Amino acid sequence: MAKRIDITDLNIHYGAFEAVSGVNLAVEPRSVTALIGPSGCGKSTVLRSLNRMIEVIPNARVDGKVLLDGQDIYGEDVDPVNVRRVIGMVFQRPNPFPTMSIYDNVIAGIKLEKRRSKKADNDDIVERSLRAANLWGEVKDRLGRPGAGLSGGQQQRLCIARAIAVEPQVVLMDEPCSALDPISTLAIEELITQLREEYTIVIVTHNMQQAARISDTTAFFNLSGAGKAGHLIEVGPTQRMFSNPEEKATEDYISGRFG
Amino acid sequence: MAQQTLSQPDEVSIKGASVRRGDKVFFNLARSAGIFMLLLTGSIGLFLLWKAIPSLQSNTGNFFTTQTWFPDSTPPLFGIAALAFGTLMTSVIAMVIAVPVAIGIALFIAFYANRRIASSLGFVVDLLAAVPSIIFGLWGLSVLMPNMQGFVEWLSTYFGWIPIFANPEEVYTKSILIAGVVLAIMILPTISAVTREVFLQVPRGHMEASLALGATRWEMIRMVVFPFGKPGMISASMLGLGRALGETIAVALILSAVFEINWQITEPGGNTFAANIALKWNEAGTNGLSALIASGLVLFIITLLVNMVARWIISRRKDYSGAN
Ligand SMILES: Nc1ncnc2c1ncn2[C@@H]1O[C@H](COP(=O)(O)OP(=O)(O)OP(=O)(O)O)[C@@H](O)[C@H]1O
Ligand SMILES: [Mg+2]
Repeated sequence: MAKRIDITDLNIHYGAFEAVSGVNLAVEPRSVTALIGPSGCGKSTVLRSLNRMIEVIPNARVDGKVLLDGQDIYGEDVDPVNVRRVIGMVFQRPNPFPTMSIYDNVIAGIKLEKRRSKKADNDDIVERSLRAANLWGEVKDRLGRPGAGLSGGQQQRLCIARAIAVEPQVVLMDEPCSALDPISTLAIEELITQLREEYTIVIVTHNMQQAARISDTTAFFNLSGAGKAGHLIEVGPTQRMFSNPEEKATEDYISGRFG
Repeated sequence: MAQQTLSQPDEVSIKGASVRRGDKVFFNLARSAGIFMLLLTGSIGLFLLWKAIPSLQSNTGNFFTTQTWFPDSTPPLFGIAALAFGTLMTSVIAMVIAVPVAIGIALFIAFYANRRIASSLGFVVDLLAAVPSIIFGLWGLSVLMPNMQGFVEWLSTYFGWIPIFANPEEVYTKSILIAGVVLAIMILPTISAVTREVFLQVPRGHMEASLALGATRWEMIRMVVFPFGKPGMISASMLGLGRALGETIAVALILSAVFEINWQITEPGGNTFAANIALKWNEAGTNGLSALIASGLVLFIITLLVNMVARWIISRRKDYSGAN
């Protein structure tokens, strides 16, 4: 199921402002890639360019190539809607659909794909996705209740269940734990480690320990100065990045001697 | 302040209610305003009833089913059947046309148009919502009615087999249909302006969530915008319906004041509560005035009922209201 992503010469502008420039990065299938770096260096921007969610912002422009198993997702005849169906996303703030029950939240993506799916199939998908998101035990007795009635951590796991219910090739996560308490964070970190067996995962995080704990590859982004574009400084296996970084900036940032 | 508390710590007390004076004043102000509104509504109803009773007692026909209006003749004979029919029919036509179009315009402004078009279109809609109804009435009478004749004729020629569009007399003006269309155009900007505001309140996070699942823009609207905006859309429609039900002058100008229920809505005829009151008030005798007030009381009750039904619909699914 999992696919690889190859990013070449990626430049992203917001209007006239260049937010990130010259990013080259390979994301291996069935691995967790962490994007780290100071605030404003363009992590979210890069992440949102991987499923074309960046296009929701009116004046954003993307140059360069993003290949999903060799196919350019920005190709002429590629519909962003289809890209988003195979590359799922989890946001910083949990955002379950407030007007839907827990059950309907999970199958929201399925309903988009096929108008009429069998009730039994849906039940299976809901249970499988919620189990995969480590939420089944907590909500199995109240699937008909509103998703917005859950705790923040449960809501975020519900969002993960919603994203994986459609069996995407890749899951993108933008600081999925930053609004959560340590226990919920731990639950989601465990979940990511499990999901890694089946999915390609790209995660943005400000938490160095988190990146070190859960990721296989770490990519460090930095700003060359205020108001300038963000760059990819260094990328490598997480262990090496944290024990023996090649760039001084990476070492400074990781050891907390930076911004 | 801070220094005082530091030097005299025993003055700091956590006992007692910590209600600030401003809070208290505002609370009382809000509560008395609410009570005042209730009293006002109640006293209006009582006043209408009080004034209506003499004519209701003198009426020799059934007030609800009679299709004539002779309250000042002896014996008095009058009823609201035709008024109720005309009022509801024009309002229904107005709603059927206005609500979908208004929501379409609001969707276009909020989600499809680019920023420049959206803001100028929004400005025009707001402007139209503030135009007094006499202007719409005059425009309907002098511009819309002559220009609509061809369409109405076409409608009754080709769709005359549907009973309500039949028009054997082949006169195509001053009809309930045209009054309904004028009302529709009149309430459209109001509904559109309010629903657009509601659509702009839809949290960005929820729209992004649906787009990230691979929803098209229309799927996003159905998945997130409509459920979130439903109470607001209902309120906006009720606002429009209220205006259509009570509209006086525009309807009085267009309809030819007939006291008969006629389901063939393209034929001249029809009448409404408000238009009838406006047309008859000056020439009415004592009993006539009382009868008009009785009809006004019915309109008042219909409007209250409509609003209560809307409240009920809105409150039914509170759990899922998206407000949390
Ligand atoms: N919608 C937008 N319009 C214009 N500029 C934007 C927009 N979103 C982000 N930017 C700019 O692009 C740059 C990169 O922003 P981005 O959100 O990608 O940073 P980030 O690395 O995710 O930061 P953080 O860690 O704070 O989330 C910033 O300078 C930001 O101001
Ligand atoms: Mg960010």
